Amino acid sequence: MSAASTPSLWRGAGRLIGKRIGLALVTLLLVSAVIFTISGLLPGDAAQEVLGQGATPEQVAALRHEMGLDRPAPVRYAEWLGSIVAGDPGQSLVANKPVADIISERLPNTLTLAALAALVSVPFAFLIGIASAVSRGRKLDRGINVLTLSMVALPEFLVATIAVLIFAVELLWLPSITIVPKDPTFAQFARAYAMPVMVLAVGVVAQLGRMIRAAIIAELDRPYVEMARLKGVGPQRLVFRHVLPNAIGPIVNAMALSLSNLFGGAIIVETIFNYPGLASLMVNAVTSRDMPLLQACAMIFCATYLLLVLIADTVAILANPRLRQV
Amino acid sequence: MTGGNLIRAVRALPWSGKIGLALVAFWIVIALTGRFIAPHSPGAFVSYEVFAGSSGKFWFGSDFLGRDVLSRLLVGAQFTVGLSAIAVTIAVTLGTGLALTAAVGPRWLDELLSRAMDTLISIPSKIFALVLVAAFGSSIVLLTLIVSITYVPGNFRIARSLAVGLTKLDYVEVARARGEGRFHIALVEMLPNMIRPLFADIGLRFVFIVLLLSGLSFLGLGLQPPDADLGSLVRENVSGLGEGALAILMPATAIASLTVGVNLLIDAATQGKVK
Amino acid sequence: MSLSPHVEVRNLAVTVRGPDGQPLRIIDDVSFDVARGEVLALIGESGSGKTTIALSLMGYGRGGAAISGLIRVGDATLDGAGGASLAAQRGRRITYVAQSAAAAFNPSRRVIDQVIEPALIHRTESAQAARARAIDLFRALGLPGPETIGSRYPHELSGGQLQRLMAAMALITQPDLVIFDEPTTALDVTTQVGVLQAFRRVVRQQGATGVYVSHDLAVVAQMADQILVLNRGRVREQNRVAALLEAPADDYTQLLIAAAHPVVKAQPIPAKPEPLLEIAGISAGYGPIDRAGRPAYPVLSDVSLTIGRGAAVGVIGESGSGKSTVARVVAGLLAPVAGTISLAGETLAPTVSGRTREQLRRVQIVFQNADVALNPAHSVGDILGRVLRFYHDMHGADAQRRVAELLDLIRLPATVAERRCDELSGGQKQRVNLARALAADPDIILCDEVTSALDTVVRGAILDLLADLRRDLGVAYLFISHDIATVKALCDEIVVLYKGTRVESGRRDGYDTPPFHPYTDLLIGSVPELRPGWLADESVQAAAPLAHLAESPDLCRFLPRCPVAMAGRCDVAPPPLREMSAGNMVLCHRTEAELVG
Repeated sequence: MSAASTPSLWRGAGRLIGKRIGLALVTLLLVSAVIFTISGLLPGDAAQEVLGQGATPEQVAALRHEMGLDRPAPVRYAEWLGSIVAGDPGQSLVANKPVADIISERLPNTLTLAALAALVSVPFAFLIGIASAVSRGRKLDRGINVLTLSMVALPEFLVATIAVLIFAVELLWLPSITIVPKDPTFAQFARAYAMPVMVLAVGVVAQLGRMIRAAIIAELDRPYVEMARLKGVGPQRLVFRHVLPNAIGPIVNAMALSLSNLFGGAIIVETIFNYPGLASLMVNAVTSRDMPLLQACAMIFCATYLLLVLIADTVAILANPRLRQV
Repeated sequence: MTGGNLIRAVRALPWSGKIGLALVAFWIVIALTGRFIAPHSPGAFVSYEVFAGSSGKFWFGSDFLGRDVLSRLLVGAQFTVGLSAIAVTIAVTLGTGLALTAAVGPRWLDELLSRAMDTLISIPSKIFALVLVAAFGSSIVLLTLIVSITYVPGNFRIARSLAVGLTKLDYVEVARARGEGRFHIALVEMLPNMIRPLFADIGLRFVFIVLLLSGLSFLGLGLQPPDADLGSLVRENVSGLGEGALAILMPATAIASLTVGVNLLIDAATQGKVK
Repeated sequence: MSLSPHVEVRNLAVTVRGPDGQPLRIIDDVSFDVARGEVLALIGESGSGKTTIALSLMGYGRGGAAISGLIRVGDATLDGAGGASLAAQRGRRITYVAQSAAAAFNPSRRVIDQVIEPALIHRTESAQAARARAIDLFRALGLPGPETIGSRYPHELSGGQLQRLMAAMALITQPDLVIFDEPTTALDVTTQVGVLQAFRRVVRQQGATGVYVSHDLAVVAQMADQILVLNRGRVREQNRVAALLEAPADDYTQLLIAAAHPVVKAQPIPAKPEPLLEIAGISAGYGPIDRAGRPAYPVLSDVSLTIGRGAAVGVIGESGSGKSTVARVVAGLLAPVAGTISLAGETLAPTVSGRTREQLRRVQIVFQNADVALNPAHSVGDILGRVLRFYHDMHGADAQRRVAELLDLIRLPATVAERRCDELSGGQKQRVNLARALAADPDIILCDEVTSALDTVVRGAILDLLADLRRDLGVAYLFISHDIATVKALCDEIVVLYKGTRVESGRRDGYDTPPFHPYTDLLIGSVPELRPGWLADESVQAAAPLAHLAESPDLCRFLPRCPVAMAGRCDVAPPPLREMSAGNMVLCHRTEAELVG
């Protein structure tokens, strides 16, 4: 059994991960159907919408035909899906530009913002999570608990407003809107991103820190931890060698979840700081009811979420000897 | 629970829980009475000065049009708390109801519901809400439905895992062996044992809903004028931020005190039981 | 050897924070000594404080329990005044073997790394030397493949193997004191023997001093030199093993010894009663069913048995034998893939949904774990009342009166009806659990390990109650258990299951003397007897299989473990069912004459 376990190790993991990839693709397909149904089929007539109340029925019918709205729903869905997969989700109704062009302009900005926020948040979250887990029930833990509980309950716009009030209005340290010049110096870059990143990080640090604490504590309650203590294992070795390897699964899942929440937070943050990202673009699309743009944005966010979960699942499978060997 | 038990339970709360309880109690009172204790009509232009500071007549000053901030805040809080409470009730009733159906129902139904909820949960909640608002608009009724639908899958997932855990317990097996119907098993044997663990989820979901609702209003996609919830108040007075006007700080603080209060209370009440 | 005892405990007290927040003393004024090279057993029921005392020898209090008094192990003391503190000696000179090795090993690390970890942390020797020592210990403990077994992960190993590996981990630093905390309680009885023998061997070999915590007097009699009897955190009696067993001075010790032998309530076996429940050729399992009609995870194959009106039939087997599945199939909770069940001549539908309410009423099931068998949301009265309403349409005062009668029947006061079950003790819960079945006025009760989770003394009382109910009400039992003594104390007939196959069946008295099926033989021979030296006897040396033959679902399932298997016969054809002269039916290739010898 042990001799056979090495080759079968990776085969087992591969099969399991392959299954997860398949499942993620199926889910993404279902998600696309939901999004298309809600935004493409249910709201009624887009042609009427475009032309307004004054249009004659003939005009509406003509536009309906032109937009392809007179064809059956499954056909329209298939076409729409095909265009998304091909990377060309059509023409923006408002900007009159290809949706793909608008998105390719905006997407890197949001990814930069999210990556920076993640880079700042994750180490802090680990610090907070580990510190409060090992001091469970003591003053430090209780203090962190109340702090993070409050932080997760704060709306992003409140954090942003306070940050602007302090750093832009009172101290005049940072700009209240985020404009990144072309080829910025490091100082320009840092000044531009400091506030949005900080605001996003508040929620993520607190949420992820709490989940890391919970994951570690769930492990600390298991009998093998008591056994390790009775073997004379010290606190540091206990956390890093015994507990964390077993908590990797829940922790990476928590990371996937909080990073996807980070994109949700970007909706508010990009709007407040007037940052030209995908999330603020999506808000504009809602306001202007620019459905092709909205659908494409929504699909990107959902795909990102599923990708994050998939990565987390893969890491969890590889970290767990029991899963990777079946 | 008798009165004596209630007092003892409150006494046993840590200080953070007592603060949370006080805040929650305060906002319940405001939500019930706000409109009636407001000193001015929320829509009336009562001050010639915009973004005025605190005064004896206008405790929280005036807003960007010279309306009384306190009155608008009281009415706005009613919207925020009231709509969120209705939305959370709908979300939890639907989520838990479907979860029980899935747990005691035939296998294919469970598969179907779980698959559907897994799909919906893969759409991040804010994105989902935006798509729904874009499609259906944001009248009060629709908005309430939209935020509740958004949080059904999360509640379903938690309630289903609780319910499935319970179906494996011997007392549910005994009831099945006795020949009890699915309805009895779900409502009499399982539901009473789910309420306590679900309590924490309900509170959490209420906080999410408050945040989502006011976030939408802040973006101008939520409650439409002349109605205004706390999020709308922050939005409409954003131009007062430069001068640090009470008109923007007070509603923002109000939301925070509500959500933080609920969080502190749930955490204290479920300490050691729910992680 | 120094003059003072090796381990010295004086006026030990342990205090925890009680449920009301007030300090609660759970161990009070406990004193004892252990001489070097001896093993002291701490024995008592759950809640006696035996594990708490054992852990305090390592200066360890669970959940922040406060330890006071004098404890000395070698020159280490609780406060470190003797030269070293107990806490600093954890894993080095004082080591611990936990109850459930399956849970006490870290699931994500290889076993060898965990076994040698104490040596590395305390720097007693190099990793290489520790690894060599570990392999020696593996060999001494009789582990298969001592060179390579360490490279596995815990989930790849059996419970018995993990328990031995944990002993190796405890001995790797050549400690002055090893604490064994119920190390075989989670194991099947046939696995237990081998593990106990291995432990005894290495403890002797290493000359280790031990403290052995257990609830089982018979096990302790094999392992210890001295026994300390504990009850509710206090010492009742301490003596050498033989002396204590022969002449227990304390009345609580006498009670424990009496309860260790369940007495047959001498109910005569009725002459062939009319059949009530007939199970014919049942096969069952879990998972999807393949084209040949076999489920993906088969549990039972072709099991038949008949229970007469008012009779008690025991089903016995180790974990994984499928004994609980028998009850689930009969109750209609799991549909069999083949076979029929009939009740008083009527064929029962495979699942609950196809049976009439009257049929359901006549067959009731009682589960093992009373903690999860009663709904914590309802009062005892509600739980019993629901059954009365459901089957008998009984309401109001009638129902109340009947609830009181039922409670009286199970010897609980009527006031219990008002209470919720989380306010009851384990034994009381199990009585209410029985009352719920009785409320239906059943013809037969399926008892699934109903006494297994209980302490010895309470278990005896529940067995008495079951016997009385049967005599007074004429109810029949299908009594499922892993413990042959319990089954023999209650049942007229016994069926032995091994991996889902009925290997033997027959009247209770047929199990007193051979011939038995080789598995029955192993099962009976593995139950520790309440006399020192039983484990050392030649007869209980864990019998090794004669021929190493592979398992197959079409052949005898016991083949891989069978000490009398014959190559060329057992591995080519399924075993025949033979009738022994005592009336037992045995599924074996061996003849009666061969089985006796």
